[in-house]
Amino acid sequence: MILNELAITPELVAQHGLTPEEYRRILDLIGREPSITELGIFSAMWNEHCSYKSSRVHLRTLPTKAPWVIQGPGENAGVIDIGDGLACVFKMESHNHPSYIEPYQGAATGVGGILRDVFTMGARPIACLNALSFGDPKHPKTRHLVAGVVAGIGGYGNSFGVPTVGGQVRFHTRYDGNNLVNAMAVGLAETDKIFYAAASGVGMPIVYLGSKTGRDGIHGASMASAEFGADAEEKRPTVQVGDPFSEKLLLEACLEIMAKGCVIAIQDMGAAGLTCSAVEMGAKGGLGVTLDLDKVPCRETAMTAYEMMLSESQERMLMVLKPEKEQEAEAIFRKWGLDFAVVGETTPSMRFIVCHQGVQVVDLPIKELGDEAPVYHRPFVETPKPPVIRAEDVYAPVPLAETLETLLATPDLCSRRWVWEQYDHVIGGNTVQRPGGDAAVVRVDEGPKALAMTADVTPRYCEADPFEGGKQAVAEAWRNLTAVGARPLAVTDNLNFGNPERPEIMGQLVGCIRGIAEACTALVFPVVSGNVSLYNETKFAGEESGRAILPTPTIGGVGVLDDFAISATLAFKAEGEAILLVGATQGWLGQSLYLRDICGREDGAPPPVDLAAEKRNGDLVRALIGERIATAVHDVSDGGLLVALAEMAMASGIGAQLDASPSDIPAHAFWFGEDQGRYALTLRANAVAAVVARAQAAGIPLRHLGTTGGDALTLPGERHMLAANLRQCSESWLPAYMAGGPA
Amino acid sequence: MKAVVLVFPGINRERDMARTLELVAGAKPAMVWHAERELPAGTDLVVLPGGFSYGDYLRCGAIAARAPIMEAVRRHAECGRLVLGVCNGFQILCEAGLLPGVLMRNAMLKFICRDVYLRVERSDTPFTRGYNAGQVIRVPVAHGEGNYIADGATIARLEGEGRVLFRYASPDGMIDPNWNHNGAINAIAGILNARGNVLGMMPHPENHVEAAMGSTDGRGLFAGLVDHLERAA
Repeated sequence: MILNELAITPELVAQHGLTPEEYRRILDLIGREPSITELGIFSAMWNEHCSYKSSRVHLRTLPTKAPWVIQGPGENAGVIDIGDGLACVFKMESHNHPSYIEPYQGAATGVGGILRDVFTMGARPIACLNALSFGDPKHPKTRHLVAGVVAGIGGYGNSFGVPTVGGQVRFHTRYDGNNLVNAMAVGLAETDKIFYAAASGVGMPIVYLGSKTGRDGIHGASMASAEFGADAEEKRPTVQVGDPFSEKLLLEACLEIMAKGCVIAIQDMGAAGLTCSAVEMGAKGGLGVTLDLDKVPCRETAMTAYEMMLSESQERMLMVLKPEKEQEAEAIFRKWGLDFAVVGETTPSMRFIVCHQGVQVVDLPIKELGDEAPVYHRPFVETPKPPVIRAEDVYAPVPLAETLETLLATPDLCSRRWVWEQYDHVIGGNTVQRPGGDAAVVRVDEGPKALAMTADVTPRYCEADPFEGGKQAVAEAWRNLTAVGARPLAVTDNLNFGNPERPEIMGQLVGCIRGIAEACTALVFPVVSGNVSLYNETKFAGEESGRAILPTPTIGGVGVLDDFAISATLAFKAEGEAILLVGATQGWLGQSLYLRDICGREDGAPPPVDLAAEKRNGDLVRALIGERIATAVHDVSDGGLLVALAEMAMASGIGAQLDASPSDIPAHAFWFGEDQGRYALTLRANAVAAVVARAQAAGIPLRHLGTTGGDALTLPGERHMLAANLRQCSESWLPAYMAGGPA
Repeated sequence: MKAVVLVFPGINRERDMARTLELVAGAKPAMVWHAERELPAGTDLVVLPGGFSYGDYLRCGAIAARAPIMEAVRRHAECGRLVLGVCNGFQILCEAGLLPGVLMRNAMLKFICRDVYLRVERSDTPFTRGYNAGQVIRVPVAHGEGNYIADGATIARLEGEGRVLFRYASPDGMIDPNWNHNGAINAIAGILNARGNVLGMMPHPENHVEAAMGSTDGRGLFAGLVDHLERAA
């Protein structure tokens, strides 16, 4: 019999983020009024963040299988086979709400959480990436948020000791009240030594490991499942505090006891802490779980059962150990100075039972806690298709050279050096391609195998056309991996949207998922892990409905290189080489940065992605890199072709003489249009004829753009654009802005 | 060369260091836990690697400097045998009093990871015999607190005795504030103790020993140590 120390009122139910219908479902399920601790547990398990109740029916449509997929969505992270008995374990997860409320700790614990997801599976993390979206640089809070988030990511990853090798940073006014922090971690394990959450065996000890439990982060997951009001800052106590030092110890201790064969099942305590991890271990293993909270190591005195079950204190793990190995495991944890406590056991009852101070405070059906979470088929309206903007109808206000210099200095296109220099990106001694290229390349152990990784999405495309935007995010990740010569293998998706209870927001989510599914299927690029973050909107005082972020389905892609020495970088390599463009150009200006930042218009349909052409073009480029024919390769994306060529020149200091644009496309549309599926690459002059023939045979458009040489980009009728000056344009804005300069 | 890499809780470049020592010296170093009280017999070189010992929540290196193994390191140094501290290792050596001075927060108050250029000031030490005096090498830094400072008399003594082995410099070897990313006094990147057998430095030569990683400029330091010990043997 569960005693109820507190009456469950409708107000209390609402405060726990549960609707009256959801509460009725609880009553039906357990046949009595829940205790306050039980109500907290339902709130933790059934909130959007943990239950995916709005997105689940749509997520099921994503392709998740390929011969190389070892573990798809549903575990702590996805696992793919990269050959030679090795597996790559990776996932991306958001920490958006906490990072807005407390940018340093919010971002830091975001990194900590995703690292834990990866090493929980037995993998040593080898790289981190992140995708960050901030508000308008002119907004008074933006600088503070950028500084805090970047310092927090660095503070955690640098201390933990994992290189942070890539990612994205963007600015847009639609993120003013809700910045996004999506953190991705990539780890390595042996394919036959992957660890899972499912417990097995009755009467097995459940062991608590890591840091002590405090009152931090209580209701973090519920907080992340609601929109912000004017009181966002008051939610600071729901943000956890990170301790990368403890996490590093936890990593080493976990890997050590895994190597010693002590572990049956393991689950990290992330969102909803002890509750979620214990329930998952039991439910996945078809077992009940009994916990004795008096055994839980606490940092603070007089913690209630409710607080302990909902605490999101960081750097904690739950494990089921082999009973005969318990002492050995404990000795390893003590050596690393970490807490180790047997807090419960597995049972045959399929009940989740929690005792505190000799009193049973929770008795719930374990399977139903997860499985019977509500699933919503929320109504949605499709985003109306915007009109296609004809290039001829866009007036070019400034000459090309000036346009290029302006674009390179814009917040969204300028160099991110100020950001990634605060991340240790060389630790590990395996970072072959550092930040600043199309994809990061990290050598696997002693090589020659290497992994390529990237994080991509173009939210303005998703806003204009969720379906095409979803496709584009996947295609862009695939293209970035291809541009370094890697075979793209799989993705993790981190879907950031507004309030799903609004049909137009739900329409964005549904559209983007459809686009992602279509592209992942066409490119054989399955989704193996992911995370959904909804309610990214803020209701400002006096407003009827919230303002949502741009739909931002970030795609983290991983690919493999058989030999890192046979790969490509974007820097021009030598003078006198031919520059070619792979892929078709029609001069697509709708939703381009040119249109937005030069013409002041954010409209039109985004560039469509032809997935068949995408695959054809990419496969040719990858082959040219593999055969060591292509000397430099760069994906053509934000800002268009001239921006891509400028980036190749800036990376090397070598310029290029460019040919005039074709007569059937306006020059500004040719150079700044954002047509998809394109790569700029260089070849030695004597290799051109054979490549032209190959492209022709494969039906791939190929265009000669010019020749490398000199120290400037030159275009007929335009002044010279010195590579050194372009670099100055690109490198200046962000450091100056962060030092208090103009937005 | 019989090398030892110390492992304090929170150290995180111990694997990079061990791999480099093995690559250059041909033998795996012993990894010695901070709670030990003795170094393996016959240890030639003790390396304190980079990282965040004890999270660096107190002053960087302050807790590690008081770990049980540090007594053995002190005795090892007193016998004239070699000690190398890199990054957090340098901070620990300063906190342990094996080197003078202290590492403050970078002048820009931010963690910085980038390749820097170092001018090698002397080539007649066990640590720098693999280089020429005046040679410029490119190696990465990754630290938030690398801004070396000591009182005026100590700096004068360090300079007078030629104990500054590495300085931050421009690619052509000029000392220039624009190329001194952390604001260290006299652009000091690495110093020797008075006896010349203990080196502390902020940059990470161990991360630049393979062409695949973009530079092999760090190799000279380790190759020089191997050479020195072989000649001494």
